[in-house]
Amino acid sequence: MRYSRHILLEGFGKEGQQKLLQSKVLLIGAGGLGSPNALYLAAAGVGTIGIADADTVSLSNLQRQVIHFTQDIGKPKVESAAEKIRQINPDVKVVTYDQFISQANASEIISDYDFIIDCTDSFASKYLVNDACVMAHKPFCAGGVVKYGAQVMTHVPGSACYRCIFPEPPAENDVETCATVGVLGSVVGIMGSIQATEAIKYLTGIGELLTNKLLIVDALSMNFQSIAFNQNKECSLCGEHPTITELEEYSFQPCRKIKV
Amino acid sequence: MPIKIQINNADALTEASNVQQLAQELNLPERGVAIAVNNQIAPRASWSDTSLNEGDRITVIKAAFGG
Ligand SMILES: [Zn+2]
Repeated sequence: MRYSRHILLEGFGKEGQQKLLQSKVLLIGAGGLGSPNALYLAAAGVGTIGIADADTVSLSNLQRQVIHFTQDIGKPKVESAAEKIRQINPDVKVVTYDQFISQANASEIISDYDFIIDCTDSFASKYLVNDACVMAHKPFCAGGVVKYGAQVMTHVPGSACYRCIFPEPPAENDVETCATVGVLGSVVGIMGSIQATEAIKYLTGIGELLTNKLLIVDALSMNFQSIAFNQNKECSLCGEHPTITELEEYSFQPCRKIKV
Repeated sequence: MPIKIQINNADALTEASNVQQLAQELNLPERGVAIAVNNQIAPRASWSDTSLNEGDRITVIKAAFGG
């Protein structure tokens, strides 16, 4: 049967699979990180997978966004991803949001899900996902990739958040734009697979999450380093005296295509 | 006297005696960068109180935005 290799796993079993089939995971972004997440979570039998993205598939996406095929160029990414998920596993219900996450829609979209995965490609969206999830007491896994390097962390209510390490995004002048920064496709694959694994662990209750830890990967040396950090009492979002009390999106969106 | 530390897995010599001075020496931007000392993040507010010792393993982490 479909899930026999999960059910054989110690600590996973039929119960773990049942939990997955009853779970709802939201992928914010259907690009490089979203692709492996969608593929593995679909195959794993996560009962409901939501995908939010307003972008369409373009040729330069295909080097790393492995859920989209050449024939999908021009199609909305959520539609292309949903088609593949249904082909991989008809047990999965797919919910698509043909929109970018924004301060207007974030709280409402995430409210329906058990676990959220940040697969976005800009600081504005990453901070928005962090802030919305922390405010709504939702667990999530944040990931970021540049060139040959990547970072990933998980938050559950009460654990440290992304702002506890990086209180504010870098200044615009210090950020290279998407058009000039390369990324090795397979590194995005590693990171997306780690995020999917974190989601599965959270949903089934197995193992130890990347909470209060930032995993840093350098693919060139293949060095994986897990860095500990504490919930920061001075964090402007989750600290003792928060100054961020409502959602506000940073306006700097260097990677976003204009939607026509 | 400079001390010998590691920065992102490479040997380095520094005149800095705390993390704040090291950040200045490395010309790190004000935002979007975190520093870990021996695998533990040093919050920015504690940089000037976090002293550097011979053999410390420093990790400079730039927030990665891509996905
Ligand atoms: Zn925080």
